[in-house]
Amino acid sequence: MSWFDTFIEKTGIGKKVPKAEIIWTECKGCKEQIYIAEIEKNLKVCPNCEYHFRIDAKERISYLINPGTFEEHDQDLTSADPLKFKDQKKYKERLKSTEKKGYSHDALITGSGVLGDHAVELSIFEFNFMGGSMGSVVGEKITRSIERAIEKRNPLLIVSCSGGARMQEGIFSLMQMAKTASALRRLSEHKLPYISILTDPTTGGVSASFAMLGDVILAEPGALIGFAGPRVIEQTIQQKLPEGFQRAEFLLEHGLIDNVVHRKDMKQTVNKLLSLLKNTPIAEAVA
Amino acid sequence: MQILDFEREIFALENQIQDLVSLSHMYDSVGDISDEITKLKKKLRHMKHDVFTNLKGWQKTQVARHPDRPYTLDYIERIFTDFQELHGDRHGGYGPSVVGGLAKFDDQSVMIIGHQKGRDTQEKIKRNFGMSQPAGYRKALRLMQLAEKFDVPIITLIDTPGAYPGIDAEEKGQSEAIATNMYSMINMKVPILVTVIGEGGSGGALAIGVGDRILMLEHSVYSVISPEGCASILWNDKKKIEQAADALCMTATDLLRLKVIDEIIREPLGGAHRNYKQAAIGLRKALRLNLKALIQFSPEELVQKRYEKFRSMGVFTNGVG
Repeated sequence: MSWFDTFIEKTGIGKKVPKAEIIWTECKGCKEQIYIAEIEKNLKVCPNCEYHFRIDAKERISYLINPGTFEEHDQDLTSADPLKFKDQKKYKERLKSTEKKGYSHDALITGSGVLGDHAVELSIFEFNFMGGSMGSVVGEKITRSIERAIEKRNPLLIVSCSGGARMQEGIFSLMQMAKTASALRRLSEHKLPYISILTDPTTGGVSASFAMLGDVILAEPGALIGFAGPRVIEQTIQQKLPEGFQRAEFLLEHGLIDNVVHRKDMKQTVNKLLSLLKNTPIAEAVA
Repeated sequence: MQILDFEREIFALENQIQDLVSLSHMYDSVGDISDEITKLKKKLRHMKHDVFTNLKGWQKTQVARHPDRPYTLDYIERIFTDFQELHGDRHGGYGPSVVGGLAKFDDQSVMIIGHQKGRDTQEKIKRNFGMSQPAGYRKALRLMQLAEKFDVPIITLIDTPGAYPGIDAEEKGQSEAIATNMYSMINMKVPILVTVIGEGGSGGALAIGVGDRILMLEHSVYSVISPEGCASILWNDKKKIEQAADALCMTATDLLRLKVIDEIIREPLGGAHRNYKQAAIGLRKALRLNLKALIQFSPEELVQKRYEKFRSMGVFTNGVG
């Protein structure tokens, strides 16, 4: 073995690094290289700039719901493809290939669980499933979650993360807006609280229905929230959009949401709000 | 009048007939050609009928957007009496893309609310091409609440490309305005009769679209997204408009088959823009019949039935098997 071969072997130069060993990632917020373990430890928030990385529904549940208390509902509902929709690919095939990636709940997970001191009914969007788009299954699951809240007299929580309506279900996806808004009206009549949590992104038909109907509306920092997507607006008005437009902080400044809440404070904030909203009759409270 | 691609033959034949008629009036030497004219007129009727009963999604969209198609105010003028327009959302907004007010329908007071497009350039700009700001929807809601307070039935006419996508619209809460309207309409204690008269553009349509009955004019369309938008997002190709329109199932026939709407109102042969009077007669008849049926119900029944109607929207399976 020549000195050169020995050198190569000792230093490991030229050896393929297995993929699993990638331990750094670029933060979308500050563009810095961040140690992935650091981000994980920090609820997937950049320790450098507080950028909130998008998380999947299971992670969200673990951040909000007391361990071991979550019970999933309606996991078997699947789309029936009422329009037999086909663009460049059949809608049915799109659904199948998404399921193969391990997301079999359509774009929403619903269930019951305990958040701090409160039993709640919970709906959480799964962005990895067709951009969190709302079709019949999402609308039905949310509606059932609302009905369960009424039945059990529990507060309702919806964590939105969605590009809007699912075009592949045409008019049916549009009608889910009316359906969910209608169910929320019933919830309201039963005087049960609904906390709407908006995460990046919450746009289109999701934003223009249940997401904006919360008794209290909270948003994660930096989340894109709006009716029309920024690209559509830019094309329509032929102008560049102002910095920070349609971000959570922008909505707060324009009086459209109640507060912007850091991921690490979300559970505690919701818990506090639910305790404050719990209706103790004044007479009892005084006595 | 703007001639659509599929109407060329129809217009050519119409011109031919017109020429023959004027010719026969001008010169005696032409002789009696009334038989010939009658024959051609019959041929024209058949041709119109064939073309207009087989329109596809994109063609219907073009008819629904026809610049001469009757708009909300054209129908109000021809169907109702004593129309008193009411303005403003009472929160600093005028909302000119939506018009509304009280009127008499036969002997009944009604609240009529509809999207309004503009006819000439100046009015098009004023009405923002029928794309409303939040103020328009909030005005609509205020008028609906006024109607409810005085037990007045509500009639809405949908004709919009969609809610306006702009900076100011977002700042003023476009999403919240649309959501709140649906949330309120579902619980109104008076009949709500909804008709799509032209373009039923997504959330902007739904903002006045939650009612006890949903009717559509024969050549109107109703969709979650425009064929253009759908083509550019799902096909990545703006030219795939026709495929997108077909895939979206946005015609009245499609939507009746899918049980999303309750009734189709026939239009005059060649489309509503060919004969305002006849189009208005058709709409009036449908509104009268449906309203008559709805006022039989108690407020509680109305609200319950309306809830059930929207609760049942959607198609899915239970997965297992």
